[in-house]
Amino acid sequence: MASPLLRLQGVSRSFGGLAAVRDVSLDLPEGRLGALIGPNGAGKTTLFALMSGFLVPDAGRVEFAGADITGVPPHLNARRGMTRTFQIVQPFATQSVRENIAVGAHLHCVQRAQALAEAELVAQRVGLGPQLDKPAGELTVAGRKRLELARALATRPRLLLLDEVLAGLNPLEVAEMVPVVREIAAGGVTVLMIEHVMQAVMNLAAHVWVLAQGQLIAEGAPAEVTRDPHVVEAYLGHGTAQRLARMAQAS
Amino acid sequence: MTMRRDLLQIALFAAAVAVVAATARSGVVLNLAMMALYACLMAQSWNLLGGYGGQFSFGHALFFGTGAYAQAMAQLQGGINPWVALPLAIAAAAAVGLFFGALSFRYGLKGSYFALVTLAFAEVFRILALSVPFTGAGVGLMVPLKEGLAQMQFADRRGFVWIALALVTLGLLATAWLRHSRFGARLQAVRDNEDAARAVGVDPFRVKLGAIGLSAAFMGAAGALYVQVFQYIDPGIAYGPHTSVEALVAAIVGGLGTLWGPVLGALALHLLADATRSLFGGLPGINMIIYGGVLVAIVMFAPRGLMGLGQSVRSLWSRPGAAPQTREEPHG
Repeated sequence: MASPLLRLQGVSRSFGGLAAVRDVSLDLPEGRLGALIGPNGAGKTTLFALMSGFLVPDAGRVEFAGADITGVPPHLNARRGMTRTFQIVQPFATQSVRENIAVGAHLHCVQRAQALAEAELVAQRVGLGPQLDKPAGELTVAGRKRLELARALATRPRLLLLDEVLAGLNPLEVAEMVPVVREIAAGGVTVLMIEHVMQAVMNLAAHVWVLAQGQLIAEGAPAEVTRDPHVVEAYLGHGTAQRLARMAQAS
Repeated sequence: MTMRRDLLQIALFAAAVAVVAATARSGVVLNLAMMALYACLMAQSWNLLGGYGGQFSFGHALFFGTGAYAQAMAQLQGGINPWVALPLAIAAAAAVGLFFGALSFRYGLKGSYFALVTLAFAEVFRILALSVPFTGAGVGLMVPLKEGLAQMQFADRRGFVWIALALVTLGLLATAWLRHSRFGARLQAVRDNEDAARAVGVDPFRVKLGAIGLSAAFMGAAGALYVQVFQYIDPGIAYGPHTSVEALVAAIVGGLGTLWGPVLGALALHLLADATRSLFGGLPGINMIIYGGVLVAIVMFAPRGLMGLGQSVRSLWSRPGAAPQTREEPHG
């Protein structure tokens, strides 16, 4: 197997006495659509910050496309081809949708006109075409999530880290967004998504990692992972897996 | 708003002021035009860093004073022609801006901390200028009177109006460039959300450094112009806080992050100050009270400045149903 696009080796990070991420290792091959799931407070977003360079790990190593990028600041990682989105959307609120996306496009385009034209193309890909000239601050939550995605996509990433792009959307909006993400992956972009909407994870991801209390407790195909007793316990509490098994036997 | 439209507006503005400069007979009008343009220049400088970069400096006098002293010292101690000294003064101010910008931004100083540290730097320079001999210490530096175009000294204000107009036009062009370039897009992205900008490949340190260098250059030009007009500089004038305040108040009153805000703000405040002084000249101090009152009113009723006022008035008519759609985002 070729070396993975993203590799974590024993990555850890503590905040004071709290070990937010403990000894996490994972390999994400190029072209894969992976998902990172886990209960609230498991350390998923911290792990994203460690991958993208917003936080520096206390221990361990992050590799991207074969190069050691541990401690490299995020803007340099974006230039290498790794871009993240934010769970709590971060639009440039005073600027229009087009201008927001153009900031991402400027990573490759020096000319303003070229960046604005590319922004328009990207906006159409994620379904923001009709709202191009709206101020970003006036978008709905669903619109802002699309904008996060579009801005990241405009940097032409090799690896896209999506932090809960479906959170806060209603079922209809989720159903609209899932094909957008699938299409991005089909276009050759490796995607790693943090997601709570399990229906979407089952639908999209080829490989799932489960994080609980800062540690990876399971990984594999989505269907396997959701049957894993450790995962059930992490979500539903200690002893639940046994109780469920007993109930299944009894019936 | 396109680049072409910005350039057209700038050309119209420059042409209109040029007509005034060429035809005005009255010394009062010329003096008013010169002082207003000089205030515009400082407000524009502040707007480049504060309005487009979101970095609120309270110490722009640092750059003003450096430009002023460089202009005076180049002539007095270097024997350099003022026309040659002017670019040197601008470069000196930009260099000081880059140095203190690097110091502040390297350590991630933002918001009020950045404001305080710039205030402190300006004060440090004021005290230094008071204590070292080559700035003339407390006595200040006097540039001898040698009227003539070659000496950049003019019998009437007309010559200075032309120079100030050229500098203000350059400032407008620099602002227009910020509005329609990659550098400007990145600067505004950092202003609006630094983390989001970093995630898409923007280096905030570099962008802010560029902005403070550009801003300092224009403020240095204002300082150099001051020396040519008044032929005298001392530490209080050069590095005292009132210059910093004048620059930032005009920019904020006019409207931050706009092309015409600083020009409008500087003009409005200048006319207001002149009017109150001439109306209430017999009651010393009352002009400052009225000036302060108007400032308070502007900040209260037009928080986005005079440029934002027009928009607010327009939105009053379309208020029902125009409220932006927002929804609380569940935390997960």
